[in-house]
This record gives sequence, C-alpha cells and structure tokens, in this order.
Amino acid sequence: MIRFDNVVKRFGDLTVLEDLNFSVTPGEFVCLIGPSGSGKTTILRLLMTLEKVTEGTIYVEGRPLSHMDRNGSLTPADEKYLREARKTIGMVFQQFNLFPNMNVLRNVTEGPIRSLGKSRDEAEQKAKELLELVGLSDKLTAKPGQLSGGQQQRVAIARALAMEPRGMLLDEVTSALDPELVTGVLHLLKDIADSTDITFLCVTHEMQFARDVSDRVMMFDSGRVLEDAAPEKLFTDPDHERTRGFLHAVLDRA
Amino acid sequence: MFDNFDIYLDRILLGLPATLWAVFGGIGLTIVLSFAAGIGLLSPRRWVRIPVRVYVEGFRGSSEIVQLFFFAVALSIFLGIPLAATPLNALMIGIMVLGLNHGSYGAEIVRGAVQSVPRAQHEGAVALNFSPAQRMWRVLLPQAVVEMLPSLNNLFIQLVKGSALLSLIAVPEMTKKADELRAIPAFAQDLWMIYLTLLVFYFVISVGITWIMRLLETLAAARVGRPIPSREKALARGGAA
Amino acid sequence: MEIWRWDRFFEVWPYIGEGLVTTITYTLLGSVVAYVLGLIFAVVRQLRIPVVDQILWGFIEFVRSTPLLVQVFFLFHVLRPELLSGTGVDLSTQRLIVGTAAVGIHYACYTSEVYRAGIEAVPRGQWEAATALSIPGMRVWTGIILPQAVPRVLPALGNYTIAMFKEVPLLFTIGVLDIVFYVKTVFASDVGGAGPEAWFAAGLTFLALSYPCSLLVRRLERRVGTV
Ligand SMILES: Nc1ncnc2c1ncn2[C@@H]1O[C@H](COP(=O)(O)OP(=O)(O)OP(=O)(O)O)[C@@H](O)[C@H]1O
Ligand SMILES: [Mg+2]
Repeated sequence: MIRFDNVVKRFGDLTVLEDLNFSVTPGEFVCLIGPSGSGKTTILRLLMTLEKVTEGTIYVEGRPLSHMDRNGSLTPADEKYLREARKTIGMVFQQFNLFPNMNVLRNVTEGPIRSLGKSRDEAEQKAKELLELVGLSDKLTAKPGQLSGGQQQRVAIARALAMEPRGMLLDEVTSALDPELVTGVLHLLKDIADSTDITFLCVTHEMQFARDVSDRVMMFDSGRVLEDAAPEKLFTDPDHERTRGFLHAVLDRA
Repeated sequence: MFDNFDIYLDRILLGLPATLWAVFGGIGLTIVLSFAAGIGLLSPRRWVRIPVRVYVEGFRGSSEIVQLFFFAVALSIFLGIPLAATPLNALMIGIMVLGLNHGSYGAEIVRGAVQSVPRAQHEGAVALNFSPAQRMWRVLLPQAVVEMLPSLNNLFIQLVKGSALLSLIAVPEMTKKADELRAIPAFAQDLWMIYLTLLVFYFVISVGITWIMRLLETLAAARVGRPIPSREKALARGGAA
Repeated sequence: MEIWRWDRFFEVWPYIGEGLVTTITYTLLGSVVAYVLGLIFAVVRQLRIPVVDQILWGFIEFVRSTPLLVQVFFLFHVLRPELLSGTGVDLSTQRLIVGTAAVGIHYACYTSEVYRAGIEAVPRGQWEAATALSIPGMRVWTGIILPQAVPRVLPALGNYTIAMFKEVPLLFTIGVLDIVFYVKTVFASDVGGAGPEAWFAAGLTFLALSYPCSLLVRRLERRVGTV
C-alpha cells in the first residue's frame, strides 16, 4: 500500500528524514512512535503531499507519489496527478482543521462533492451515516465552533472517512483533547479499524492504544526507523536501549 | 522622441524646491501637532480633551482639498490680492494645511501607540513616583515611538502625495510646473513622458522617506528592545482613514 | 471685502447638494473597483507566480507612493485620448470611466494589502485540510479561504471607502461635476466668488457624512475584529 524508498527530507540545512525505508501492507494498522522532533509528522505530511521529498521516492499502491509516468519517462507530478493520488489517502489532523464557516454536515460533504464529484444527495446520505457512526447525528447543523474538542475531532474523522480512502493518516489525533475525551475518540478509531479494511498509519503518544490496536509498531528516532516490530515484542522486549528509554519516559509520565 | 526631455526635467526641477519645502515643512508641523494633539487626547482634563477632539475629527472628517481652498480663499481675501500673485504666501498656506490635516491623523496614531504600551509599564512608572509628565516623557512615549513609526511612515507618504494638491492653490511646485507644459501644443505628444517623470520624482521622495523611517525604526527598536510592527500591517488596518 | 458672509453661507447649500450626488456616485463606483481589483491583486500575489509577483508588487508600491492627482492627469490626458477618443463615448462618460478607474486602481493598491492580511490570518491548517480532501483550487478560495477572510477585512475596507470619499473631489480637475466643482465654479460665477464660508459649508458636508460612517466602521470593528 505504502512504500518509502530511500526517502530523504531536508528543510534547508536540517535533515529531518535520512534514507528512510519502510512499507505498509494493505489493511495493516501501523503505529509510529518516537520522541518529539524525530520527523513523524513529516512522514505523514509527505504522504499527503503537503511537503515534497528531497530525495528518494514514496509509492502509494505501487505508483510514485512525486512523479508520474508520462510516455515511459518519469516527470514531476502535476497538480492533477497529485489530486488523483490524494484521493486514496485521508488525513486527520492534530488540530482538527475543520472549516469554521461550514456546518458539520457541509464539512463532511465538501470533499466528496467537490473532489469525488458525488451528488449532494448521495454525499449527504453517506455523511449522515458516518456522523451516526461517530455519534454526532444530532449536530448536523452545528458550526465547529459550537462543538467540544472531542466532538470536533470525531467530525474530522468522519470527514476523512467520507472520502472513502484506502489509507488513513492520523497525527496525534488525541493530543489536543482534554483527557476525559481521549478514550472516546480512541475507541471510535479502534472500531473503525476493526470493521473496515482501511490501512492506518498512526502517530501517537498513547502507548496503550498502540499496543491494543496496531499490527506493527515502528519506533522512530532522528529520521530513521530504529525498531520495527509487533506491539507485544516492542513494548515488552525491545531490541534497542533507546526504545527502552523512550518507553520508560513516556510510561512514567502517564 | 526624447529631444525635449531636458526641458521637461528642468521644468520639474524648477518645482522641486517648493515641493520639498511643502513636504518637509508639512512633516515638521505634522510631528508637532501629532504629539501635542495625541497627548491632548489622553488628557484627564475635559477642557483639554474636547477641543483637541474637535480639531482631530474636524480635520480628519472634512476633505483636504476643501481645507486647502478654505484657507487659501480666506487668506487672499484677507490680503486683498489673489494668492497666485504671492507664491510664498500660497506655500505657507499649503504647509499649514498639510500639517493641520496630517497632524489630525497623526494624533490618533500617537494616542493609539501610547495606549498600547503595556499597563505594567505605566504602573512601574507610578511605583517609581514619577510625575504624570515624567511618566509620559520618560516611560510611555519612548516605548510608544517604536510602535508609531511604521504608521507615521505611511502618514508621511500620504503627505508627500497630498503636496501635489498645492498645485491647485497656485503653489509653484512640481505638479504645477509640469502641468503647465500641457498648454503648449508642441509638447502634447510627450505628455506621457512628462507625467511619468513627475511620478518618478514623487516615488523617489517617498522611497527616501521610507528609507529614513526604516533607519529610525531600527534605532528605536534597538533602544527599546521591542520588535517593530510592519508598515504593511498598518496599511491593512485601513491606513490613516 | 468682508471675510465671512452669512448670506453666502446659506446660499451655497443647494450647489453642494448638486455636487454631492456626483461625489457619492464616484465614491461608490470607485469602491467597487477597489474592492474587486484589490481582491484580484491579493489572490494573484498569494499564488506567488515568479515575475508576475514582482511586477505586481512594484506596481502596487509605485501607485501607493505617488499622488492620485498626477495619476488622474496621466489617465485623463495621456491614456484617455489613446483609448477612448473616437470610440463614440461622450466626454462625461469618459470622465466617469477615467475617474472611477483612477480612484479604483489607486485604492485597490491599498485594499490588496487588507485582503492579504485577511488571507494570511486564515490558519495554515485550513489550506492543508483542503488539500487533504483534494478540494479543487478555485473552490478552496471561494468556499473556505475567502468566507473566513472577508468578514474580518470589512472594517478596513470601509475605512478606505471613507478615505476615498474625501479624495474624490480632486476629480474636479478633469471636469467632474462634484462638490468642489460646484462651489469653485458654478457657485462662484453665480454670486461672484466663493468665500471661506462656502468652503466651510463644503467641509461640514464631508464631515457630516464621513464622521458617522467612521463611527459605524468602529462598531463593526468591535463586532468582527480586525486583521
Ligand atoms: N516547514 C518546516 N520548516 C523547517 N523545519 C521543519 C518544518 N517542519 C518540520 N520541521 C522540523 O523537522 C523536524 C521534525 O518535525 P516533525 O514535525 O516531523 O516532528 P514530530 O516527530 O512530528 O514531532 P512531535 O512529536 O513534536 O510532533 C523538527 O526538527 C522540525 O523543527
Ligand atoms: Mg508531530
């Protein structure tokens, strides 16, 4: 589904990702953990084409994300190609990024109508189902500003699902929430992961959640995958001292 | 095509001194009035505040062109001769109106900047037992100056542009000198060149003023230790309207 | 000659009334041009197209740094004969076109700064969410960015309309029949000269209209905030 091939990302002189290689198979739930500033968000933003890779190639469903095949030769992707590529992937942001000028229903239908070309009726039908799923059927006409953080994040999840993505990117989706709202959102994500075959790539500091839902956990440090293992193995018997230290620090804080 | 260019250039240069007098005289008067009226607006005494408010709103609200004609006409009636016959008087009136008009905008800039100085600074000055005058001159104004420089920069450019209006009351400044060429048929096909050159002269003056103001901003910011707001930001709030 | 004549002060009002309609018309038309063109400038500059961006920036800076009066002369005496003479458009319509264009373009260079600040005040996350949902560029502007940016810029736009109202009178120099034209030319020839009292009345008229408007803008500012 997703493959990073010798990916390098620099911001000016700062090398954030160094020669990164990993892949995610369809239907997998992969969690990314690692210290702050290690480049986790950058990976998701590259996948969403919010940033460009410096070197190397990212493949999504076998197609390179940054280049397109034109008459046999690879040329830099144009906007049309990128928009096509983005349709495979949905993203939920740490700060929700709902559109404050649109009500909840419009937030969820905007993408399907404008980029998937669905009819308004069809999009609303689907949106209502999804909002039902995230438990917000009674808030269809509310503006984002009238909702709690947890509710806003659930709208954002419904909004990403409405695009019928085959892959979902989650960036610390609970870290802007009050503690009592976190569990609800995590439960919701687990239900969605269990009941669909969407591929998930999830950055989180919620170690219990990572342990419960993921098929694989990748420990990240200084732009490299330090350790890549099943959750049981990584959380109980990590190979690296650095991973152990990180887990201790996080778990002690919790 | 450029055969007569030096004629035009000479002509505009002939008006340059009057323009520069108007601009720098006007800026001088604007600064004095801005601070006097700006501080007046902050006065706790109503008999100070109210007349200053009337001055500020009166000059901001009525049009600069109308103010020019008002004072020009009043003076020429008072003197009993048309203003055009006494260019120096016309220039004086021009400087006065430029100063009075832009001073009224400047007053609001000064008031706003002084009010934006953090309350703690004010209280700190009280705690040091400064008199109200000392608080204003030693604590509040030095900090407020940084804040007001970008807006004053915009205001001074506004004044440069306003100085062209003095051509309408017979001040022999650049616009008047250049526009007089329009009456000469031989120059008709060169009008574009004449006006563009004139515009470039104004542009250079404006850029020069901005350059000086930037320098002052850097100096002031270094002394007060506060970052400078940008000139564009001030424009985005609706400028000096 | 007397400096102040009350009889003239009362006689001038009908003349001012005649000119006021024109002044307001030009202000409103000029505002429409400035609002639309300023928005176009701001959006084009936001797209950061090389060369186009630098040229537009230079143009805006130049227009903002030079007198509207000279720009009006340039448009009227240089461009108008080239573009409008011989098109069959009558002279007063030509004045209307040149006048609104001059004022509108001049103020568009200010309003573009207003819009730009408004657009930049929209959080980056909004752009990113729109990208993540693959919403097409045009729709991002009309559906997401501008609806959030425009309300906040309204007070500043209002301020520029008020400023424009007070600057439109300089169009009398190209023969526009506004307040200044009526006082300076029509009234003066009817009574044999416009004294300070006539100009005072004209000033009062501008004050009486612009002051309440700026109070309204200040109230709006408190409602929607500033950029
Ligand atoms: N647009 C940018 N320009 C310059 N540097 C950037 C930019 N975006 C990220 N960085 C830098 O890249 C590094 C990795 O950032 P990233 O946001 O990916 O970290 P992260 O692992 O998500 O951290 P956190 O857990 O705090 O969210 C950081 O050092 C950051 O300062
Ligand atoms: Mg991050």
